Amino acid sequence: MTVTTRPPTGSAPGPAPSRRSLADRLGARLSALPTVAALLIFVGMIIYGEAAYGRIVQFSTLSNLLVNNSHLIILAVGLTFVILTGGIDLSVGAVIAFSSVAGVMLANAGWHPAAAVLVMVLIGSALGLVSGVLIQYFGVQPFIATLATMFLARGLASMLSTVPERLADDSSIRELATQLKIIDGDKVNDLVITPGVVAAVVIVVLGFLVLHRTRFGRTVYAIGGSEQSATLMGLPVPATKLGIYVISGTLAGIAAVVYTSRLGSAQNITGIGWELDAIAAVVIGGTLLTGGTGFVLGSVVGALVLGLMNVLITRDGGIRPEMTTIITGGILLVFVILQRVLAARRRAEQQG
Amino acid sequence: MTDVASRLAAKRGAIVRNQAFWGVVAIVLLLAINVISDPGYLSIGYNSETGHLSGNLIDILRASAPILMIAVGMCLVVATGGIDLSVGSIMVVAGAVSMELLSSMDGTTGDAVLTLAVALGIATALGAVNGVLVSVVGLQPFISTLVMMLAGRGIAKVITGGQNTTADNDSFAWLANGYIVGVPVVFLLAIVIVVLVALLVRRSALGLMLEAIGMDSRASRLAGVKRRNLQLTVYSASGLLAGIAGVFATASVMTVDVSRTGYQLELDAILAVVIGGTSLAGGKFSIGGAVIGGLLIATLDKTVVFLGIPASATPAFKAIVIVVLCLLQSERVRSLFRHRRALRAQSQKEAVAA
Repeated sequence: MTVTTRPPTGSAPGPAPSRRSLADRLGARLSALPTVAALLIFVGMIIYGEAAYGRIVQFSTLSNLLVNNSHLIILAVGLTFVILTGGIDLSVGAVIAFSSVAGVMLANAGWHPAAAVLVMVLIGSALGLVSGVLIQYFGVQPFIATLATMFLARGLASMLSTVPERLADDSSIRELATQLKIIDGDKVNDLVITPGVVAAVVIVVLGFLVLHRTRFGRTVYAIGGSEQSATLMGLPVPATKLGIYVISGTLAGIAAVVYTSRLGSAQNITGIGWELDAIAAVVIGGTLLTGGTGFVLGSVVGALVLGLMNVLITRDGGIRPEMTTIITGGILLVFVILQRVLAARRRAEQQG
Repeated sequence: MTDVASRLAAKRGAIVRNQAFWGVVAIVLLLAINVISDPGYLSIGYNSETGHLSGNLIDILRASAPILMIAVGMCLVVATGGIDLSVGSIMVVAGAVSMELLSSMDGTTGDAVLTLAVALGIATALGAVNGVLVSVVGLQPFISTLVMMLAGRGIAKVITGGQNTTADNDSFAWLANGYIVGVPVVFLLAIVIVVLVALLVRRSALGLMLEAIGMDSRASRLAGVKRRNLQLTVYSASGLLAGIAGVFATASVMTVDVSRTGYQLELDAILAVVIGGTSLAGGKFSIGGAVIGGLLIATLDKTVVFLGIPASATPAFKAIVIVVLCLLQSERVRSLFRHRRALRAQSQKEAVAA
């Protein structure tokens, strides 16, 4: 249903043409429901955090939330493309590990920082291309192909180094994490952004425009609706599917740059479980795991929900950090079950 | 005469096309490399006092036991078209449970049996959670087991309080380090379990039903296969087998390393399964092949250590092998081979006619 010429563009339904029937509008609302739910959860978490721990609604906490999760937001945008077509990319965490270890080693070996950053991004694109070719031209299932890429990238990373690789203190890659004050608050309560946050915002805007305003984006939605129909409609399915895995890989490469510049070091075990975080962000944001329905902006909300959850867990202090993955997994499961219930109700409505 | 020759040729062709055959070839090659670097590599020592066999081959058999366990479990899951990414994490949970329990007990045989039962019970329960998520909730297998893979290691850390717990229990350690008629107990146990599973699935319709689910879940349901129960059983079995593997892996050193026990072993399990000729697309499986795959991986790991090659390169190498085998299993490459074979047959026919 969302494969029509106007995919829903956000939680707020725009001025609906009067010809749309009630059922159609209800359908659009239902598909946006998880995103609205995620937004409500985010607001609820902020209110709860402010009430229980304090110092949540202030510039420094909120800008740290963005700074510390910019890499996750970038990953989530990439994964939104993949999941919208009904595919999956399990390799993003390992791609980040390989890309950042390689980048730090190159920069320390005397490469020009710009060249090292470019290589980091291209490593992501290349691994994404490998997954895409396996999936599109050899018919390997997406989770198997990207699992193989995940093992490959993780293996290559440990081949390079198994100890933390520290970025030289004077490396200009670190400047990508410079904190720029936007609003100078009292004491340390400043609204700051980093080039990494800017990159994340640009990528979110680009992702939104590509998905909702271009032919490529509509093809992505069409493939998720039904790959067969998309092919029969004469849409460029093979090129699009290849493209989304390259996009996902490239964004993983960019996320590696953002993360490494902030942390200043890289290791072969960086990013274990980030694929789950990114998938969870996308799913919490209202994208169907089966493809066809979803929003980039929803995924951003999803990523922020996960980030805020980490902040709250740290503030609480009573929950062990090991529990974070268990909680993330639990939230993911709840949202997937919610999706299935909604899908079942929608089917029933269409039939009835 | 020609009849016998052609039949032999056909048989040879069947063997060569069998992927497991190439697994055996690879094992022989690896052993040959080791023999070249040290002519005494294959010699098996016999300690007349204890009656134990010793030597590199025995070490390989011992190391292969945990891999065999998870490979067989993975094989069954893959047959249904699913995947179990949580085997390594279930291993560490089973290890953590056993070490925590044993460290607070006296070290009697009864304690070991009780610990074994609890550890395997928890492993089976975690597998069953995967099974419920896949079969009842209808979640994709890789998502459910990915959650379990990441959460499992968290659970293990919660159980041991983040420590690498060490314990003492001779009966429990015997499971991994003991000998029966000179052969390591752990390998004998692994083989007995593999044979039992193989008999269970291949001497009954169970194996066929699993393959039916893997080929076409809808059609199998229409044919009266109880998909939900079978999936639940298969994921629980995979959890149980991973639990046994975890007990084997921790009992040999009587320590659980919460961040490294079972780490990335899902890679080994998947590799063993694809080496054995089981397609990751589901619908068919070969337990014998998975066993050969498991033995090959153990041989490879030991060879890398023996030759002094940095072990950090092994995961990348294994991943490349998985990619290549996935390519070989794909329809496009297969049809390319079929095409070439057909061309060759045609040219032979023409040569005969001429």
